[in-house]
Amino acid sequence: MKLSEIVAELNAEVVVDAGNLDTEIKMACGSDMMSDVLAFAKDQSVFLTGLMNPQVVRTAEMMDMRSVIFVRGKKVDPMVAKLAEQMGITVAVTGDTMFTACGRLYAKGIRGACERK
Amino acid sequence: MKPLHLEYIVPGDDFTRAGEASSKVKNMLKRVGFDSDSIRRVAIAMYEGEINMVIHGGGGVASVEIYPDRVEISLVDHGPGIEDIDKAMQAGYSTAPDNVRSLGFGAGMGLPNIKKYTDEMRLESEVGKGTTLFMMIKAGA
Repeated sequence: MKLSEIVAELNAEVVVDAGNLDTEIKMACGSDMMSDVLAFAKDQSVFLTGLMNPQVVRTAEMMDMRSVIFVRGKKVDPMVAKLAEQMGITVAVTGDTMFTACGRLYAKGIRGACERK
Repeated sequence: MKPLHLEYIVPGDDFTRAGEASSKVKNMLKRVGFDSDSIRRVAIAMYEGEINMVIHGGGGVASVEIYPDRVEISLVDHGPGIEDIDKAMQAGYSTAPDNVRSLGFGAGMGLPNIKKYTDEMRLESEVGKGTTLFMMIKAGA
């Protein structure tokens, strides 16, 4: 699934484009705990979170994840948007809750990127 | 061969900037042509260490030596030190305050993550004096 299709599926609004919308996404990771993401996530996945601070973008960057989707209609902190822009990470916001957003993507064939090996 | 030496001051009072040094090292490793898997392991381990320095150590100095076959990182702080290193190494054990937990850290996974991603890790600490974390990541390992 392309990132643009994921954005459409979640009725999400793209806040930072960063030119990744054509990227093919196979996996997703949904977490508010950054160390869990750092422990288990795989690259080339989309990162869903309800947490809003610059460390979310940094965590994505360290893991080579090119997109972050904030759930529950969070207002994107300008500092977060600026950092994402600098790092070339796409940022979008969906009104869905974490559970619903993850469920929608799972139903479309996206699988977990946070699972233990 | 002389390694490429990088050094960064990690400010202890600004959580929003935590990770800047790791980010710079990641970019440098990309530029000198390290393989992407090794780069990711360096980035994650150093980032977790940097976060620890900010949360617990009151900031400090990050020194990085880039050799053709490996990266060595030393993180030195003069914070309160770690009372029980064995306990600190346990997954899930954390002394992080609530405000840090609300930022997505403090789950007690930092040090276990560092151990997981590095080829060598040494943690030395003295209560009241500070903590030094040494990490080594081999290229292409």
